[in-house]
Amino acid sequence: MASYKPTKITVYPKLGEKVTQDTVYWKNYKAPIQIKEFGAVTNINFSPVAPHNFAVTAFTRIHIYGPFSHEPVKSFTRFKDTAYCGRFRSDGQLLVAGCEDSVVRLFDVNGKVALRMYKGHTKAVHVTDFTSDSYQILTGSDDYSCRLWDIPNATELNAYQEHTDYIRCGVTSKLNTNLFITGKMETAAPPPLFYAYVLISVMTLDHGQPVESLLLYPSEGLLVSAGGRFVKVWDLLKKGQPLVSLKNHHKTVTCLCLSSNGERLLSGSLDRHVKVYNTTSYKVVHNFDYAASILSLALAPNDESIVVGMTNGILNLKHRKNAEESKEISGQQRRRPSYRVFVKGKNYFPKQDDYLVSKPVKQHLAKYDKQLKKFNVSKALDTALEAWTRLKKPEITVAVIKELDRRGTLKNALAGRDEQGLSRLLYFLIGNLFDPRFAPVLVTAAEMILDIYQSVIGQSSVVDRQLLRLQEMLEREIDYQQELLEVLGMLDTVFASSLPRKEVPCSAISKSNGLTQGEGRLQLQAT
Amino acid sequence: MVEHGDIRVVHRGGSKINSREPVISSDSRLLLCASGECVKVFSTSTEECIHDLRGHTGLVTGVLLRPSNHLQAYSCSADGTVRLWDFTDGILIKWRSVGKACVCVCTCVCAELFQLVAVHLPQSGDRLVEARELSAVLSDVSSNPAAIAFGRGGEYIVSAKGLQLEVYFFKKQKSYRFSLKENNKKGRKNTFTCVASHPQDDCIATGHEDGKIRLWRNFSHKKEYTYSTLHWHHSVVSSLCFTPEGTNLLSGGVESVLVQWRYNQESQKDFLPRLGAAITHIVVSPDGALFCTSHSDNSKELLSALRIQVTLKSLSTDLMVDPRSKAMVLNGKPGHLQFYSLQRDKLLFNLDIVQQEYIHQSGLQQFEVVKAAFTASGNWLASVEERKQKDAELELNLKLWMFDEQSQSFVLNTTISAPHEARITAMCFCQSTDSQTTMLVSTSKDGHFKAWQLATPAHTEDDGPSWSCDFVGAYHSLVPECCTFSADGSLLAVSFQEVVTVWSPSSWELLTTLSQPPGAIRDLCFGKLSCSKYLVGTTANNLLCCWNLLTCALEWSTSMNTSLLLADPLSENMAAFCPQAGFTDLFVFKPNEPRPLYSHKAVCSGNVTRAVFAPREEMLDSCEESSQWLNHSQLYFLTQCMDLMTFTTKAEEARQMAASKQLVIDDSIAMTPFHLLLGKHRGQQQQQESGQDSLSAERTPLPQGSAAIKELLQTPAHILPSTSFLCSMFVQSLLISVTDSRSEEMESEKEEDSEEEEIESRAVRPPEMARCGQATETATLTKAQVKELRRVKKLDHGWLSSVLDL
Repeated sequence: MASYKPTKITVYPKLGEKVTQDTVYWKNYKAPIQIKEFGAVTNINFSPVAPHNFAVTAFTRIHIYGPFSHEPVKSFTRFKDTAYCGRFRSDGQLLVAGCEDSVVRLFDVNGKVALRMYKGHTKAVHVTDFTSDSYQILTGSDDYSCRLWDIPNATELNAYQEHTDYIRCGVTSKLNTNLFITGKMETAAPPPLFYAYVLISVMTLDHGQPVESLLLYPSEGLLVSAGGRFVKVWDLLKKGQPLVSLKNHHKTVTCLCLSSNGERLLSGSLDRHVKVYNTTSYKVVHNFDYAASILSLALAPNDESIVVGMTNGILNLKHRKNAEESKEISGQQRRRPSYRVFVKGKNYFPKQDDYLVSKPVKQHLAKYDKQLKKFNVSKALDTALEAWTRLKKPEITVAVIKELDRRGTLKNALAGRDEQGLSRLLYFLIGNLFDPRFAPVLVTAAEMILDIYQSVIGQSSVVDRQLLRLQEMLEREIDYQQELLEVLGMLDTVFASSLPRKEVPCSAISKSNGLTQGEGRLQLQAT
Repeated sequence: MVEHGDIRVVHRGGSKINSREPVISSDSRLLLCASGECVKVFSTSTEECIHDLRGHTGLVTGVLLRPSNHLQAYSCSADGTVRLWDFTDGILIKWRSVGKACVCVCTCVCAELFQLVAVHLPQSGDRLVEARELSAVLSDVSSNPAAIAFGRGGEYIVSAKGLQLEVYFFKKQKSYRFSLKENNKKGRKNTFTCVASHPQDDCIATGHEDGKIRLWRNFSHKKEYTYSTLHWHHSVVSSLCFTPEGTNLLSGGVESVLVQWRYNQESQKDFLPRLGAAITHIVVSPDGALFCTSHSDNSKELLSALRIQVTLKSLSTDLMVDPRSKAMVLNGKPGHLQFYSLQRDKLLFNLDIVQQEYIHQSGLQQFEVVKAAFTASGNWLASVEERKQKDAELELNLKLWMFDEQSQSFVLNTTISAPHEARITAMCFCQSTDSQTTMLVSTSKDGHFKAWQLATPAHTEDDGPSWSCDFVGAYHSLVPECCTFSADGSLLAVSFQEVVTVWSPSSWELLTTLSQPPGAIRDLCFGKLSCSKYLVGTTANNLLCCWNLLTCALEWSTSMNTSLLLADPLSENMAAFCPQAGFTDLFVFKPNEPRPLYSHKAVCSGNVTRAVFAPREEMLDSCEESSQWLNHSQLYFLTQCMDLMTFTTKAEEARQMAASKQLVIDDSIAMTPFHLLLGKHRGQQQQQESGQDSLSAERTPLPQGSAAIKELLQTPAHILPSTSFLCSMFVQSLLISVTDSRSEEMESEKEEDSEEEEIESRAVRPPEMARCGQATETATLTKAQVKELRRVKKLDHGWLSSVLDL
């Protein structure tokens, strides 16, 4: 005597994006906060020390925002022209910025006026950064030169003239005082290069496109460069051997950023996307969409927030949801107190020497299954058509209809309904008949309903309206299918003409021509 | 039948056992079933077939116990003989020829005399009651044995046919007839289907086609008879039976629900649902403890016991051999695959493929398993189920099952609904063992063949690998019929009507096409081992062709009508079954030469559609040329009447006979491994006792006699301590220790125990030992263990019984 086998609910593959750990992680941010700046946001830099303020360089100003306030904590406005590249020193006390007017300014974070002004460049300074010993400043300028300044004396220590083009990006090593890397803009024929310096240039790497952004890994063994549509990763320890070239953006990549644990690489681009790469496989694991082209991107320590600056001067801030908030999402699955009763003793696992007396597991049947077991077909269908099931889990309703059809009792279950019952049934059909997953089952049911109730059509306005609606939708669906077939036919023609015809060695018969022609004709009829 | 001297076609079970109702012996230990040309005797406790009663040359049509001797049984057969058997030993006692074919046989007990009734249908259905004193002829009797019954101690006989019920009283020599209208008002059919009579009361129960049961009373009067109606069944009542005391009436039908009605309180009824298939017969054992129902799917169910046997049903899948368990796999219960052990002629288990509630209703289209295939390693099983309704489209499911090491069964991995648009014609796995990926190819009537491959999904890490479609192939919109992989998995041959296309599974390129018109290809087989360059195919136009794949040319062909071609997976041999004039011939050949290795004319009557090469457990090493093909594997085939046949050699048969003789045991005790162990032990004990009588003092006593083991074996298993605890004790008791060390052991033992009792026994022991010598040795040796064991026994096990009561 076998036990009753419950109705099998077909599990349909989930369409759309697959839920991975990465998507869960990167989606766990609150709704974005938009702040309008005065001009395009060219640089964002987080202070390395708590409370992790960040400096936003936009047009002629540098604003410093706190981690939670949406108003600037501080602003530096004493620039004569567009400011560039506001960066914090590693102790978070000093901030350096370049300017279009070729003067490099050094600010105290708490002050207002520049502490020092470094004059020596002849053109706009786009790159500024502190070296790792925090007593020197590296600057790169459009005058093709790159200089090293002493902070206290405001004197130029060294100048590097090896570049043959505008210097637009640079990065200093956090481990080695004397190592820094700069990238340059392309104007002339020779391919753009960027240089790594240890007092003099030690390495020249060819990116192939104007370099927009540079990033050193925390270990400093790998260098990431962005230029054109490419993001390239170089192994510095192997004399700058290229590791991978990523082409996931369709416009120029403008900024790069590493997640706090160094396992994910983020790149922002003019194509309005920020992509998250896995740094071991270099596959895109997540993607953020923004409203405008992205110029700058920064991640707060511990990935607490993502800050993105765009060409239209909008600063986009996303804060990570804290633990309580993210728990609130799963609050729907929060267990009721009665859950404890059901789980009591179930989570105890027998130890090695325990004598286990197993109790037969009681088979729990859904309500519709209980009714099906008793052959109460109409009731089972009613249960399956209850509002929650019908709306949230139509596959259950369809499975019950299918099961009834299999038992040959679908007609009995559908018949004998009043206006309300019938309209509920029709409502379900209207909603799901055109779902390709359910269509084969529901078409049979719809035919049966029409057969059964054709004699009473016209007696109820509700039912009539729904039937008209069903008809309308059917017509629309037929038109749609026809269009699809037409497109398919067009595509077939395109493929047939583009694919080379391959000859197969055939030992005997050769009636291929006639057959292929026949096939073509059939397709025409179908379209 | 025998042609080659030593190769013989042997019946290997699998015939119908549900054609006639079974008989339970009076002590409820044995069950006798008519099965083909023999009567099978099953044990009710172990469900094993104990032996066959062979001798009839026709279909056995009835079995019944001899009323005067409970150990004897009559059987009658279509060959016109009635035989008397001693069924416990399987000895034919006597036989009598009746002359005409007996269709059924009934009997009843009537004090000392008994009546043996045979129905002769050829004689226009009149009935002959043969007895020592009585004989009566009733005319117009149904051929169904269920429609005849003897009432209350053989006073009357009831027979039903069509719409008439006839009761014949032997004493009065009078018969009464009662008839019903053909249809009642609601259009129900009143035709009688079965009859049962109450053992003590004057009451007859009749079953009807519309599912009603009528209870007739007062039928000894022509006019004043009454009947009451019971109605639960929704379709035909196929069997009725009263329990021996007459308190209950059992009924069964297509619904496969056994209904128990209380006699005189018919509103109370009990149900036993979902018995697996439609009930055809119900039998109650004489003590009323066992019910046996036999079902239309050829199974017997002993209620309060397990299913005895499910054997070969109508088949839609091919026969296959599970590479892991070496069991034959075929359709079982509806929607199941059964694993059937060839060695033991026993059902191993049923695998539920469809996983849906089976609705027992006639005329309902259900899912049927139509195709199944195994990989070479037995790790994967693919199954196809389909359901075809008249006005709806075909429902197809392709399911892939992975063998789970932990649960030792197949677990569903992937379900592909609607893998093809039309019926799947063939399916095969890539049989090469060294390839990393597993591949399945299915061909369908929709003109495509599809390759399915096991792949891990790229995104989600938590899900295991699942199957997905890798390639869809077609050839000029012809319908593919069969497909096969070469032995190394580098080639795939798919036949499209007259054309065989050869593909490379790695690149899915069409390599070449072969054809030999006219006639569509029926079967395709790649050669194995040294013949792997050959591809053998059979066509519908009586042609057997062999292509050489190196030259892509026809190597040889012969004209023979082959219904079935299959290749032995372990050797180069191929077998072809050729139907000819109502019989089937078998040819075994190697693809590299057109001369058959072995041929056998008329292996069976009718067509052979299913056959399989089952690998042997141990290889034979016969060197005779004609029987060499049986060395690696054995060929099994199914005849039209679902008998499973095989080929054996004389040497093998002799060996099997010898083996079976060893296994002959007393069937009064259930044949279990534990019984074998205990039985041997008991015999040895007896032997030992007799040995002691003859004063063979030199002999060391056998350890089995020790008290510890006795204790161990007598203690109920559920209160024994864990095996790890008992093991050391057991091992020690098996050791034969030296006497000196023994005394030392005793000393230390006593020191530890330091009980007065012990000291007393010490005082008593020496004279005892002197007297009994070796006999007490073992007992004293294990004294400590015995004590330990007693202590364990004394432990409070009350909690356990309370748990069990729950």
